[in-house]
Amino acid sequence: MPKLTVDGIEVEVPAGSSVLQAAELAGKEIPRFCYHERLSVAGNCRMCLVEVEKVPKPVASCAWPAAEGMVVKTDSPMVRNGRRGVMEFLLINHPLDCPICDQGGECDLQDQAMGYGWDHSRYREPKRAVTDKELGPLVKTVMTRCIHCTRCIRFITEVAGVSELGATSRGEEMEVGTYVEKALSSELSGNIIDLCPVGALTSKPYAFIARSWELARTDGVDVLDAVGANIQVDARGPEVLRVLPRINDEVNEEWLGDKSRFAIDGLKRRRLDRPWIRQGGRLEPASWDESFAAIAERLKGLSGEKIGAIAGDLVDAESMLALKDLMTALGSQNLDCRQNGARLAQRRREFYLFNTTIAGIDEADAALIIGSNPRREAPVLNARIRKRWLAGNFPVAAIGQPADLTYPVEWLGEDPRTLTALLAGEHPFAARLKAAKNPMLILGQGALARPDGQAVLAAAWKLAAECGMLRADWNGFNVLHTAAARVAALDLGFIPGTGAKGFWAMRSGGVDFLWLLGADEFDIARIPSSTFVVYQGHHGDRGAERADVILPGAAYTEKDGTYVNTEGRAQRGWLAVYPPGDAREDWKIIRAMSGVLGQPLPYDDLASLRRRLAEAHPAFARVGAVARGGCTNLSGPAGDPAQMLPTPFTPAIENYYETDPISRASPTMARCTATFGAPAALAAE
Amino acid sequence: MLSDQDRIFTNLYGLHDWGLKGARARGDWDGTAAILARGRDALIEEMKASGMRGRGGAGFPTGVKWSFMPKQSDGRPAYLVVNADESEPGTCKDRDIIRNDPHKLLEGSLIAGFAMGAIAAYIYIRGEFYNEAMRLEAAVKEAYEAGLLGRNAAGSGYDFDIHVHRGAGAYICGEETGLLESLEGKKGMPRLKPPFPAAVGVYGCPTTVNNVETIAAAPAIMRRGAAWFSALGRPRNTGTKVFCICGHVEKPCNVEEEMGIPLRELIERHAGGVRGGWDNLLGIIPGGASVPVIPKSICDTVLMDFDSLQAVKSGLGTAAVIVMDRSTDIIKAIARLSKFYKHESCGQCTPCREGTGWLMRVMNRLVEGRAESEEIDTLEKVTRQIEGHTICALGDAAAWPVQGLIRHFRPLIEERIAAYKRNGAPMSMPMAAE
Repeated sequence: MPKLTVDGIEVEVPAGSSVLQAAELAGKEIPRFCYHERLSVAGNCRMCLVEVEKVPKPVASCAWPAAEGMVVKTDSPMVRNGRRGVMEFLLINHPLDCPICDQGGECDLQDQAMGYGWDHSRYREPKRAVTDKELGPLVKTVMTRCIHCTRCIRFITEVAGVSELGATSRGEEMEVGTYVEKALSSELSGNIIDLCPVGALTSKPYAFIARSWELARTDGVDVLDAVGANIQVDARGPEVLRVLPRINDEVNEEWLGDKSRFAIDGLKRRRLDRPWIRQGGRLEPASWDESFAAIAERLKGLSGEKIGAIAGDLVDAESMLALKDLMTALGSQNLDCRQNGARLAQRRREFYLFNTTIAGIDEADAALIIGSNPRREAPVLNARIRKRWLAGNFPVAAIGQPADLTYPVEWLGEDPRTLTALLAGEHPFAARLKAAKNPMLILGQGALARPDGQAVLAAAWKLAAECGMLRADWNGFNVLHTAAARVAALDLGFIPGTGAKGFWAMRSGGVDFLWLLGADEFDIARIPSSTFVVYQGHHGDRGAERADVILPGAAYTEKDGTYVNTEGRAQRGWLAVYPPGDAREDWKIIRAMSGVLGQPLPYDDLASLRRRLAEAHPAFARVGAVARGGCTNLSGPAGDPAQMLPTPFTPAIENYYETDPISRASPTMARCTATFGAPAALAAE
Repeated sequence: MLSDQDRIFTNLYGLHDWGLKGARARGDWDGTAAILARGRDALIEEMKASGMRGRGGAGFPTGVKWSFMPKQSDGRPAYLVVNADESEPGTCKDRDIIRNDPHKLLEGSLIAGFAMGAIAAYIYIRGEFYNEAMRLEAAVKEAYEAGLLGRNAAGSGYDFDIHVHRGAGAYICGEETGLLESLEGKKGMPRLKPPFPAAVGVYGCPTTVNNVETIAAAPAIMRRGAAWFSALGRPRNTGTKVFCICGHVEKPCNVEEEMGIPLRELIERHAGGVRGGWDNLLGIIPGGASVPVIPKSICDTVLMDFDSLQAVKSGLGTAAVIVMDRSTDIIKAIARLSKFYKHESCGQCTPCREGTGWLMRVMNRLVEGRAESEEIDTLEKVTRQIEGHTICALGDAAAWPVQGLIRHFRPLIEERIAAYKRNGAPMSMPMAAE
């Protein structure tokens, strides 16, 4: 722990720290462009220069190791002159087109020019102009503004793991680009927009839409995958204009997947903004009272076992609990949240959680991925696996359809027979798992949403137990979900009660009255016409198309909601904008319905609903936290590994960009699908 | 004047056989095993005692540099990298050493490599030196065949390999860490230091990068002793040095001379004097393109070594003496150098990437005089903003020639500006040595 002095303040820093980190500890702000905490050190912008005693020249503090007894000055004349010089150099070839630049107002160069820039330019020569690069439908480039900090290159190479960005030419002619023009294929490409300290890389869909100071910022939780990335929802008036990641080192660090960032234009399209009732085969606009009356009418005299509810993937815990309570009041236990048919076991929480936790991946030293493509199912989590792989000594193997996961993966096989071989110890990778100190396995929805899912789950648990993944101090058994609502639903017991009907039965006519709470991700057409379907949700997607009554709800940016991510971490998002038109927050709709049915639910406000939530499951009482622990009970979920079928695992997500009603409504995601989807066969082929 | 007995590079002019037979006749590869038998520490101490300073330009004491290499390996192999990417304008000493005396370099590599515990040497040779690379490879082949390299090199019991790697012709790849990046197959961009190459060098292993001349002189130092070497030259500036004299002299040449020889004597004795006589001299760039020019008044008395030239705010650099007589348009000459540095900047760090282009553009205008006289001060300040603020020394190298010009020839620039204002058109100026 070296001790050093920064501007007269003595600080003690962890060994291996840089002078810049030491200066930050001393409360000194060091300007920087190229340095970023989560990327490798480039030291090329030269803005973070400081003076170190006994070193003749100013040094780049980001790259200079802090050493015992060092005396650092961050505001000496040498430092100020150095930084002013660097700032002048950065500005001579910068177009200074701030009035038409989308970065304006949140631009590092603009901000730091206030501190180190001059009021005029001494540069009288022609400025450099650079051809813009086409990086696909998400990232807009104005390369003349580029200051060559290489943050984007380092992010794409190191974190995203696709070597697609680089610099060509040298000196003044150096240009950042993709060598051969192509769209960035990474699911994390949007992060380079945040990383770019100037307006060289900006958001294409957001171009010329708003200024940062016009936006109201609300904290939220992303629901487009099950990672629960922390987001900031930027809105102006009734519109969500932008979503940015919030820093949460335990979940998403500061990254966000492209779908979560860019699908928000889907929030303005195909919205359900009023109730509808099907009359004579056609959906007709209706009022809330009429819709409630129609539902009450249909429910009249219907016994509980003929009533059912399916919860969708984007739903908040509050509305699921309210719906469960309503169903209970109606005498029904026909509930299910597993609309993809995943054979998840709910008996113990360990059976359906990502027990290692996302941050815990850093401690693992071997991994087996079963029936999952984490790059598509949870790109931010995949980046965490890659980060662990980059740290070295981390063999990763997978069973399933081979794909590029951005780190080397040993593909052991495509079907459960490989799992059987691993269980029998016949496969060499079993020995590597056993030899590892903290082995982990990731079980994807592709392995569970199949007829033998229960057997696969049991087999995976058994393998985990046999390979030392389940210990008092370590739990390496992980289920990777794709639905943001799934874990909360399982926690709340949104599954069929004993003897009650589950997803398959309800879908195929097992109930006469089916309440779809934002459930769209299954073959809706299989619901027989005799079933009366209520669709409560925010988008006119598959469910609404089939519905007999549509109750317009709120999307995740439009309600205060609690979500539990795949780790079992309850997190809260807040209302950023109001739901459109007559749409309402979902739990309120259910509460109102219960009143109409004469079975009023015992909560009138969010606070009392949340108290009920905390009673229903302790996870909801510890918002933001996750109870990480080992596993002491090795007995596994029901299921017989011998029952596994030899059919290959298929990916849970075919198209990353369109997985839910919001992203399906998004024109940006449609462009991504067109760009990154399977190319149509060429004529000459 | 250096006596013939004290010359190290006895075939600098290629008058004799460059091959192994000729080299042996000149004393190369003689008793190499015995030299190695003295042990690592003894060789490093010998090198330290000789006072040898790196011949690549920076003049860092070679023995000290060798001593930075780890004494005990932590499992990683160590490497010697020989910098034969001789790209400094005006310099052609390494080229002639490789062309005519390649075995000196190979034997030196073995000795230096042994002294620093390296398992192999990479000789990174400038891409344009095609013929020299062929000859070097032929020499390496000869040496392997004669058992001087490879397993039990020269019968010493030490295993040592030499690999020749051709560059692709970028000036920045002559910077030691830029060279290492290039050697690894990456874009030639200098690395941040620390860590220094002795800790983390090529392929992440301890590495020492030395100039060709430094390494090629090592066998002679080991054979004849540090005392012999340090007796030549002046204190702190010992030994002999190959000077490359070019420009407006009667007989441009490479010549090995004692360090500290007066500049005037060097030129008049070996290069036939300045074209039109010493009084026709305008100025001299004494150490390759990157050091500041010195005017005749300084050239009259200055000695050619590291410290003397530093005292007159120039530098020995690579000892490439570029002589310019009074017919030279010195502004145009320096503008050409600014163009060179702008072209060769790697673009990695801000001051050099942006500053070199700025310097070049202002210099180009100054050639015509199309500027305001205040801009001379601006230009000077811009060079100060570049100098010392970059990752590698290319920023300094780009700044110094311009600083030298302004320091010594400011009236000429002002006159040019005034003339442009008077005539409104560029004056017809004689060409530099283009």
